[in-house]
Amino acid sequence: MINFDSVTMRYPETGDVLRNVSFHLQKGEITFLTGHSGAGKSTLLRLITAMERSSRGRVILDGQDLGLAKEHQLPFIRRKMGVIYQDYKLLYDRTVFDNVALPLVIAGYGHYEVTRRVRAALDKVNLTGKEKKYPLALSGGEQQRVGIARAVVNKPPIIIADEPTGNLDPELSAEIMLLFEQFQQVGVTVLIASHDISLITQLNHRVLKLDHGQLVAS
Amino acid sequence: MKYRNKNQARNNVQDISAKQANRQTKVAGGDFVDKLHAYRDQHAHALFSSLGRIVAAPFNSIMTISVLAIAISFVSGFYILEVNIQQLAVHIEANNQISLFLRDDVSEAHANKLAESIRKNSNVQNVKLITKEEAATEFQTYSGFGSAINELEKNPLPIVLQVLPKKNLDDMHELEALQKEFQQSPEVDVVQIDLQWIERLQSITNVVKLFANMLSILLGAAVLVIIGNTVRLELHNRREEVVILKLVGATNSFIQRPFLYAGFWIGFISSIFAWFIVTVLMLILRYSVEKLSSLYGGSFHMLFLSLTDTLTLIVVSSLLGVFASWTVISYQMHTTRLKKQKILKV
Repeated sequence: MINFDSVTMRYPETGDVLRNVSFHLQKGEITFLTGHSGAGKSTLLRLITAMERSSRGRVILDGQDLGLAKEHQLPFIRRKMGVIYQDYKLLYDRTVFDNVALPLVIAGYGHYEVTRRVRAALDKVNLTGKEKKYPLALSGGEQQRVGIARAVVNKPPIIIADEPTGNLDPELSAEIMLLFEQFQQVGVTVLIASHDISLITQLNHRVLKLDHGQLVAS
Repeated sequence: MKYRNKNQARNNVQDISAKQANRQTKVAGGDFVDKLHAYRDQHAHALFSSLGRIVAAPFNSIMTISVLAIAISFVSGFYILEVNIQQLAVHIEANNQISLFLRDDVSEAHANKLAESIRKNSNVQNVKLITKEEAATEFQTYSGFGSAINELEKNPLPIVLQVLPKKNLDDMHELEALQKEFQQSPEVDVVQIDLQWIERLQSITNVVKLFANMLSILLGAAVLVIIGNTVRLELHNRREEVVILKLVGATNSFIQRPFLYAGFWIGFISSIFAWFIVTVLMLILRYSVEKLSSLYGGSFHMLFLSLTDTLTLIVVSSLLGVFASWTVISYQMHTTRLKKQKILKV
């Protein structure tokens, strides 16, 4: 589903951020991505979400080479994945409902379908009844879950999460992990960037470890 | 649920299955229609949310819209000025007459004889004699120096023959020939062709028109720049949102849409304000202008912006708004994309 083929990423200012990274994530696999800060986790995620193109090597997503994709194809590639961000990236002038509905509205779903799916997604992350609230009226953990609801509402085949449990207590973290496992069971590929060693060791999934831009364990 | 009899229960089941069947066909056949509706909803949302943003920041919006309204009212003011001058010229052109001012010593009887002889000229359509008394009355009524003439012992005004040449005599040369002919008769002091004044007026109005057109083009450019800059600031304020929209897979046209509508609204609202400015100014001017025209014996009615003019004003301003924001947004989208690609290829 996600295939890195000797990918190198070099910025003019900082030099090589990723060096010769190769891995393959199967469909329906949960994988953790870990490493010290500055190891290149964020850059790797930016490459998968087609926010940047690699300097060398190929990033292949669902059979499509992102390096060769045309600019106008990128939005449609991004719709194949739900992305959860450490800083949530919510729209603070819109309600929880509108935030979660965003991917559906963009994809052109009708009103009825949007309402139904948003309700279901909010239900999954235990935010039922908060549709009309604004993100700033919610706690950090709740905002994080709004972000998760937005990522899964479109039922994408790939879920990418950047520190999804960073602001959640252990109980909620476990719940969210359980949610990811449920998605995995219906064939969704999940990649989670995380520092949370206890969480990683607790769950028996594949781990990619980055160290100074190089993959040291997979 | 309890049913009074089996029949009712059966009916109800049929009802439900019919409803389900109905919904299924709706989903299967309604996919395209659903997408169309969703597309329409997207547009409606962009339309009203962009208006909402303008209303939500009234201070900024009022400043921008005032500046634009003033610029647009200048352009439409010039236009309506041209229309009125044009109408004035047509008004005057209708009487391209020649005025013969007779010598002071010519008697009224003599003047009548002269008029009779001129009337026989094949190039002349009509001759009207204005006696000294008539001239004095006219002067008293219209000039505003009425009392001054009463102070004089003798009426200083000459007898005037107003000669209306034949309609086909538009050519300036033929008129001048006629003027020379009249000049030769000993009774005539001064001959004046009114058309000369019209020509002078027309060349003045042509200069004014040219100036107004050039100024209008400059003001139109200013409108484009102001709207473009407003939209650019709006985009700058909302760049977080733009990034988020991109991240969740929005196409460029989806991201641009609210900004294009913002440009539309700014142009639209400004043109409405501009219409009010022009109309109010003209209402204030009307009384003075029509009084002035009555002083010259004219019945000049000021022309206001017609329905077509008004619609053109609104449509053109709105389109300018869309065009300005489209230009800015496409440019900004392009440059932000390039900035992100500052990566060394190895």
